[in-house]
Amino acid sequence: MSADRPVSTVAGYLDAASCEPLHPAARTALLAALEHGWADPARLYSAARRSAVLLDGARASVAGVLGCRADEVVFTDSGTTAVHRAVAGLLTGRRRVGRHAVASAVEHSSVLQSLAFGQRLETVSSYDLVGVDGFGQVDPDAIEDTLRSDTAFAAVQSANHEVGTVQPLAAVAAVCSKAGVPLLVDAAQSLGRAPGPGGWSVLTASAHKWGGPAGVGVLAVRGGVRWRSPSPSDERQAGRYPGFENVPGAVAAAAALEAVVRTAAADDSRLRALTDRIRARVAQTVSDTQVVGHPLERLPHLVTFSCLYVEGEALLGELDRAGFAVSSGSSCTAATLEPSHVLVAMGALSQGNVRVSLPRTVSEDDVERFLSVLPAAVQRVRERLGAGGL
Amino acid sequence: MSRGPANGDDELVLDTRGLLCPVPVIELARRIRDVPVGATLLVLADDPAAATDLPAWCALRGQEFVGQGPPGEFRVRRAR
Repeated sequence: MSADRPVSTVAGYLDAASCEPLHPAARTALLAALEHGWADPARLYSAARRSAVLLDGARASVAGVLGCRADEVVFTDSGTTAVHRAVAGLLTGRRRVGRHAVASAVEHSSVLQSLAFGQRLETVSSYDLVGVDGFGQVDPDAIEDTLRSDTAFAAVQSANHEVGTVQPLAAVAAVCSKAGVPLLVDAAQSLGRAPGPGGWSVLTASAHKWGGPAGVGVLAVRGGVRWRSPSPSDERQAGRYPGFENVPGAVAAAAALEAVVRTAAADDSRLRALTDRIRARVAQTVSDTQVVGHPLERLPHLVTFSCLYVEGEALLGELDRAGFAVSSGSSCTAATLEPSHVLVAMGALSQGNVRVSLPRTVSEDDVERFLSVLPAAVQRVRERLGAGGL
Repeated sequence: MSRGPANGDDELVLDTRGLLCPVPVIELARRIRDVPVGATLLVLADDPAAATDLPAWCALRGQEFVGQGPPGEFRVRRAR
């Protein structure tokens, strides 16, 4: 294994939106921090101070990328727990203002589940899910129309995790700011790949999406935002996230983020050219297929398409046998047997859905091989369903 | 497929209840051939993906999605 290659890169791995393989910079930093950052950062002896310095450095480094202060950043156990805590903390901090909430209809399930959970607990009185256009983009004016005097917060992602469409966050932030409503931005899919985002009051992210280790999320709360801990707190991480910190994980996450930000512009043009090629070729070579998501305002590495008369699960199986790892928003691939709420909100075809997301290390050869096996894989699934000639 | 007496006219009915995605849409693609151009087909479906995929099929195939009536009842017009 070469030291400058991600430890887990495998040929045919095209599911970076689920997890980017560990960046070599993260691996190096993780091993060093396991050796030097194991002690309790809350104590006062020298080994503890070493841990504290490492943790503070990780926080400062992530804050530098986010464009905020180091004391506004804490690390959580995952992107999902960061979202859960962001929502619960905003509801707690703003409970005197009101218990109404607003979110786009295409938010990650962790946001939508937090709202439904809040409603069951009555920390949320009601919430509005704002629809999107056919590309999956939310209309800032429609967000503005739902903001009320008792709105505790609005949640809009930086970019969509299933179709890659980038949201018009600057305009969303402007309407929220005008109404005095804090904006929660789930930046899990874009952080480290796209600049910004700006305009957030609370931001969440997940390290394994940018090449850091699993088990590290980011919760950033701007100074002055009324966010209060929704659970018992301790003296750690400014009282925003309790429990013994995962110092090596945070250090590795920060090292990976710094590394990917340094190469983001070059990665963007290389990956965007490859996803452009996939978008064009799929439309040419696979009949009755809809390429989903915004053609231009999108993440560089992600492309989604849906094929008529195709069972998503069967197509994933065909592609897996051909050596390719991709994911799907089709109902047959979900435990609930419901189609993806993102595709439904967009009015996009949900059957035969495939999400391809390229890791930074993907080879052009991998993409070409994928494009060469796809048409026959789709045809085999259609023929098995007796839909080959439709 | 049967004639739809519940509709009081000669509208054709495609019953896909109990069938899961993508089979209802495959059945629709087959049966639309029996529908005269300009006439409608009533599709009965309880698959959760139907409300999304029936209109999406119409858009992709140049057919007209008339709309959803009562839950589980969708109407498609053969446009070509």
